[in-house]
Amino acid sequence: MTFFRQAGAIFWKDVLTEFRTKDALTSMLLFGLLVILMFHFAFDQADSLQMDHYGPGLLWITFVFAGLLGMNRAFAGERENDSLQALKLAPISWGAIYLGKMLANLMFMLVAESVILACFAVFFDFNLLPRLGRMCGITLLGTLGFASIGTILAAISMNTRMSEVMLPLLLLPIALPLVIGAVNATAAIFTDPPGEYLGFWMKFLVVFNIIFVTLPLLLFDFVLEE
Amino acid sequence: MADAPVVRLDKVEKWFGRTSALQGVDLTVQPGEFLVFLGRNGAGKSTLLRVVARLVRPNSGRVEVCGIDVLRHPEAGREKLGFVAHSSYLYRSLTAFENLQFFARLYGLSDAEDRIHKVLRWVGLEKSALRPIHGFSRGMQQRLSIARATLHDPEILLLDEPFSGLDLEASELLGGWLESFVANGKTVLMATHDLEQGLQSARRWAFVDQGKIAEELTGTDAHIRDRYKIFLKEKRRDIF
Repeated sequence: MTFFRQAGAIFWKDVLTEFRTKDALTSMLLFGLLVILMFHFAFDQADSLQMDHYGPGLLWITFVFAGLLGMNRAFAGERENDSLQALKLAPISWGAIYLGKMLANLMFMLVAESVILACFAVFFDFNLLPRLGRMCGITLLGTLGFASIGTILAAISMNTRMSEVMLPLLLLPIALPLVIGAVNATAAIFTDPPGEYLGFWMKFLVVFNIIFVTLPLLLFDFVLEE
Repeated sequence: MADAPVVRLDKVEKWFGRTSALQGVDLTVQPGEFLVFLGRNGAGKSTLLRVVARLVRPNSGRVEVCGIDVLRHPEAGREKLGFVAHSSYLYRSLTAFENLQFFARLYGLSDAEDRIHKVLRWVGLEKSALRPIHGFSRGMQQRLSIARATLHDPEILLLDEPFSGLDLEASELLGGWLESFVANGKTVLMATHDLEQGLQSARRWAFVDQGKIAEELTGTDAHIRDRYKIFLKEKRRDIF
């Protein structure tokens, strides 16, 4: 229980800090909305556009790039005043630092994604309501994996030169299977009735989530070690 | 019989790539001691403190804090330590109270509110408790940093260049606090290259050079000052 209480304290601190600064959420939301707007104008003329064909890809590209902006801010607060050192000095497992920060990143991403998703439905005149439950499940699974692997890679890239460039270079190839799974699962629910492969892609996402959540928890001590 | 040492380093070595930061350091510190590590920049003073705090894992050797092997049980060892550095290690957008509340949660303190009010009063920041610290002066941030480091009532306080950037008044206050900390039977280990500030209560000195404790002395800061200048001159001669 202590481990989760410590992770909870870090989560609370990150949420409170974000509530005050609004750094990550503002950049994710603005970026996401601009991308959706650009896609709207880019595809508006295309009569042949099939939403079930292009929509999932457009949506997840927006989620991923907006999420990258949030990940880049994940350890920015810890760099100010070198406060990561104080976390490392506390009598806690460094895995709790990872879990707290990952949960905060997950929450910020989910908030941004819910707004982006609503705008997507409005701009592309897409009836999301019948699919909302399944869409939430897929978004949660895809985002959990992305936030898990993104948080540890943000910690790795934090002390590298050009960390803003390094993070996408590390994160995008590793998160690719997850994005493929999320896009295919979303495509399966965009058709009516839902595609037959939905179950397969959901299981695919669950397996990758187990890997992407467990491995960073085990490896985070080595990432912070000097 | 002498008290059990609160800090014990046994043949500690640390390498950063091919650079040797610590070369077989042996050290024993008794409770209530105020030990100052003196040396030029890059001599290994900070690494030494960071090894004791287990922020850095040594390549070889043994490190004990209050009898706890910190290489095996880093969390138990850190519970006994407070660390104050040049950086405040605080969150700028949180208030002084929220910063301390956060660290109280990390340390699992049950009587957090009482302790927070006590340390805020001790460092003279009670009236600024609800202000975000981005508006704090450097001296105020350093005082809050001491509050953070002593919130859990540690046995040992590690200080890495705590006086840099402080004005005379803040330095005198910090020096006074360190004195009262040691007077309560607690231990202070401080790394500095500045012999001018806050060292009145220090009685034990270690000159650090090239990752080794080159010389150990006891005495007052006035006595040490001249000896350290000679030490630096000798080292300069060795280089040129």
